[in-house]
Amino acid sequence: MTDPSRAPERFRSRGFDAASFFFSGVTGIATAIILGILAIILLNITWHGWDGISLRFIVSGTDQDMFDVNKAGVLPMIVGTSARVILMTIFVIPVGVITAIHLTEYANPVSIHTRIIRGAVNNLAGVPSIVFGLFGLGFFIGFVGGEMDALFYPDSDEPVWGKPAILWASMTLAVMTLPVVIVATEESLKAIAPGLREASLALGATKLQTVAKVVLPQALPGILTGGILSISRAAGEVAPILFTGAAYYMSGYPTRPTDQFMDLGYHVFILSTQSPNIEQTRPILYATVLVLLLLTFTLNIVAVLVRAKMRRGMRQSH
Amino acid sequence: MSEPQATTPMTRPTVQNRETETDADADADAVAPLIEVEGLSLHYGDAQALKNISVSIREKVVTAFIGPSGCGKSTLLRCFNRMNDLIDNVRIEGRVAIGGEDIHGPDVDPIELRKQVGMVFQRSNPFPKSIHENIAYALRLHGMRDKDALDQAIETSLKQAALWDEVKDRLHTSALGLSGGQQQRLCIARAIAIKPSILLMDEPASALDPIATARIEDLALELKNDFTIVIVTHNMQQAARISDDTAFFYLGELIEFNATSRIFTNPSHKQTEDYVTGRFG
Amino acid sequence: MSYTNAAFVTQPSGNNRSARWAGILRGKKRRPLEWLAEKGIFLVSLSAILMVFLIFLFVGREALPIFLGRMDSSVAIKVIQPDQMASLSREELQAYLELSDDEFAGMDEETLTLMMEVKLEEAAEAPEDKDASVNTTEWKYLLQPHQWTGYDKPEHIWQPVSEIHKYNIIPLLIGSLKATLVALLFAVPLSLAAAIYVSQLASPRVKEWLKPAIEMLAGIPSVVLGFFALLVMATVLQKVFGYDSRLNAFVAGVALGLAIVPVVFSIAEDALTSVPRSYTQAALALGSSKWQAAWRIVLPAALPGVFAAVVLGFGRAIGETMIVLMASGNASIVSWDLFESARTITATIAAELAETVFGDHHYRMLFMLGTLLFAVTFVSNLAADLIIHRLKKQLEGRT
Repeated sequence: MTDPSRAPERFRSRGFDAASFFFSGVTGIATAIILGILAIILLNITWHGWDGISLRFIVSGTDQDMFDVNKAGVLPMIVGTSARVILMTIFVIPVGVITAIHLTEYANPVSIHTRIIRGAVNNLAGVPSIVFGLFGLGFFIGFVGGEMDALFYPDSDEPVWGKPAILWASMTLAVMTLPVVIVATEESLKAIAPGLREASLALGATKLQTVAKVVLPQALPGILTGGILSISRAAGEVAPILFTGAAYYMSGYPTRPTDQFMDLGYHVFILSTQSPNIEQTRPILYATVLVLLLLTFTLNIVAVLVRAKMRRGMRQSH
Repeated sequence: MSEPQATTPMTRPTVQNRETETDADADADAVAPLIEVEGLSLHYGDAQALKNISVSIREKVVTAFIGPSGCGKSTLLRCFNRMNDLIDNVRIEGRVAIGGEDIHGPDVDPIELRKQVGMVFQRSNPFPKSIHENIAYALRLHGMRDKDALDQAIETSLKQAALWDEVKDRLHTSALGLSGGQQQRLCIARAIAIKPSILLMDEPASALDPIATARIEDLALELKNDFTIVIVTHNMQQAARISDDTAFFYLGELIEFNATSRIFTNPSHKQTEDYVTGRFG
Repeated sequence: MSYTNAAFVTQPSGNNRSARWAGILRGKKRRPLEWLAEKGIFLVSLSAILMVFLIFLFVGREALPIFLGRMDSSVAIKVIQPDQMASLSREELQAYLELSDDEFAGMDEETLTLMMEVKLEEAAEAPEDKDASVNTTEWKYLLQPHQWTGYDKPEHIWQPVSEIHKYNIIPLLIGSLKATLVALLFAVPLSLAAAIYVSQLASPRVKEWLKPAIEMLAGIPSVVLGFFALLVMATVLQKVFGYDSRLNAFVAGVALGLAIVPVVFSIAEDALTSVPRSYTQAALALGSSKWQAAWRIVLPAALPGVFAAVVLGFGRAIGETMIVLMASGNASIVSWDLFESARTITATIAAELAETVFGDHHYRMLFMLGTLLFAVTFVSNLAADLIIHRLKKQLEGRT
């Protein structure tokens, strides 16, 4: 009699499936390569940069000779980077959230102008960062700043508003990260059950009341995510601020909107390409990179966690 | 008076005996109908959902709309508070009058209309706020600000919705922590808190278990003393149990409208008879 | 009581009913706040369109003279005969003679005529570089090779900072294309394979951490990737491949590839996941293995999305600045050799803009490059957008 514990002849596997193995192998290896390279980069930077990071490094300023290991500090860069991204959020979050509200709550999804707005948002997301730098120079500094100078300081020889400044750098970055905020906000608005809007409207609320009192409060986690993601992206960008306000060296801190600022990423760039002795600068360079990386990564992880928690919360309520 | 009983599908549901038909007719003449629909047709784009509907809903009774899925009963219900306005591509012809006023008239504000014509939905939709805040939101929309007045009105509406005893100690906890049946009663409380004249109920119990369903039905019977109730249901026994008038719809047309007792014991149309005896639907 | 809605008054019965309804229903409020808010929200939402338009406008504006051919970068001294001195305005004369305000004011007619003759003699003595009179911003010099003085044969040369400003953009185009090509060759197979693995072959539990892990690569700023390429990758790759220039298009291209892996991966993965699961299940039910289903059914179905991912990756790569600025060597030469130092369009703009004078031809040339770059990425983004849109519509049609 046949042994009942053995599968019947026709259902048993026909030997080793080489093709499957190969295919899974290749794709699995590709995934591993990507993760491996990521790990190598992170480990290399952490390994070499860790020693350079000390409390003194983080909280002290640097002087003109920024390549001296003993005197280097990144506080002005941290302040500069933080200041410009915070200033940016003041511009980007209201505009981004309102645009997202229009797209999800008010606009007709199939009409042509909705499609154009969406197309513009997608396009904005793909504009090269250096073009944003040119835009900041040509529009904010040249045009807006120039007109402001003509209006407020017509007799002055030196431009007051029409020069690189933290205000213009922040606004340029706001334009650059607008799509990030819009997409994140839209995502959270779409996740809200439509029944809630119906309930509010059926009670005799206007659309504005419904959006303001029912929809927006629910969308706050998503808006927060978008804000954090935009900050994380903007903090690491250097090309847009090259001509719009980043400074090689400044003795003070940016206190007025017309001031320039120092910046972590820009500093990494300068140290990498213009240090007289790369071996000597190496420790400072690695430490600065590590600080920058810690900043952007922490923000990214926080954003991902907020988003995950928000998604779990949504699932629970129905 | 015989009590309503649950019946097997193939027999006619029994119904509370009411006044004779002539008495009902006399009543109807004395009080003008609250909602009058004349020649109403509705199109979603090219598809026609309602075909030339004419019906009069009486005040302070429970009127049931029955019929198989897709027959247009929910669509008609949503015409009464102009919730169909929110859907694109909707075209309406004909007239819907409430209290003699054409609700699609040029002067009519749908927002005001919805304050007078409340709605409870198939899937309960409490706001993700506290129980207290859910109802307070509705009251504040209508200008009530005083904290004591709010508390009082909330208590009244929760009592009317037969929910007060269960939640009175946790008014400030999240509404989402309530069971399905409780959430639905909360939605009813929220809707009636602003004292509409008409309460529309779109299959309010279809997502609930039998016990919760029974409570909603009892509630409807009590509420009809204060509100005119129009209820859409796919459950014929439910219609038979709680409604005074019934309208039977099929494929967008109103087939028959009459006192519930007539519809279920002696319908005029064969289609109605087939539906209520369960031969289809 | 501070509320005013009539409904809170106890309901009157009987004939008063109609009057009450009439009053309530007829009270259509203007609600200006609603209207204002809706229009305001609409206006703000147009900002995205406005921004794209403004970018075109203000970047293109600076480059307009180049496009219209109105810029002149020739360095030849235009000699003016002394007897034509009268036809010049005071300002023109001063500029031609290169005098300061004080000097000019202190000269009389005779001295000025003398200076004109001196100038004439200088011009006659100076060696004529025939290239000096060339307007190098004309399109034919931007694209075609030219035999410059001192070179053996016609060359494409980008060398703005020299006596004769050479603005041929071919070396830059080639540089950008080389780096982008390497980036795509490196990133696309890798990302695609990973996307197939994550979306089709990996278990859901693994997928949960794998996807975010790969997308973490996107959290590395490009300046950090450039730094890593400059300091670490350049050395390693040189040891492995044994070429001469430590910084070249290859190194920059690999680092660029790392930068675009997240973009290509996430869009390709989305496209693969969006393929209706019913397809896979039908294939599996017919007895195919997971990989057969993936390779033969899912991948072809997701091809438009995958293609869009590649197009977006291309756009991202060609527009990337910091990595190429730091790792490509920045030599603007015409060579298809990947292991030679190269200069991209983006690096050129970034490196040279600071040295230009506002409004001069070098400044405008850089803006012209920027406009070109914007146009290229605009078109590629539009293409990818349309593909994805059509893909979504197809999927909605089916499901």
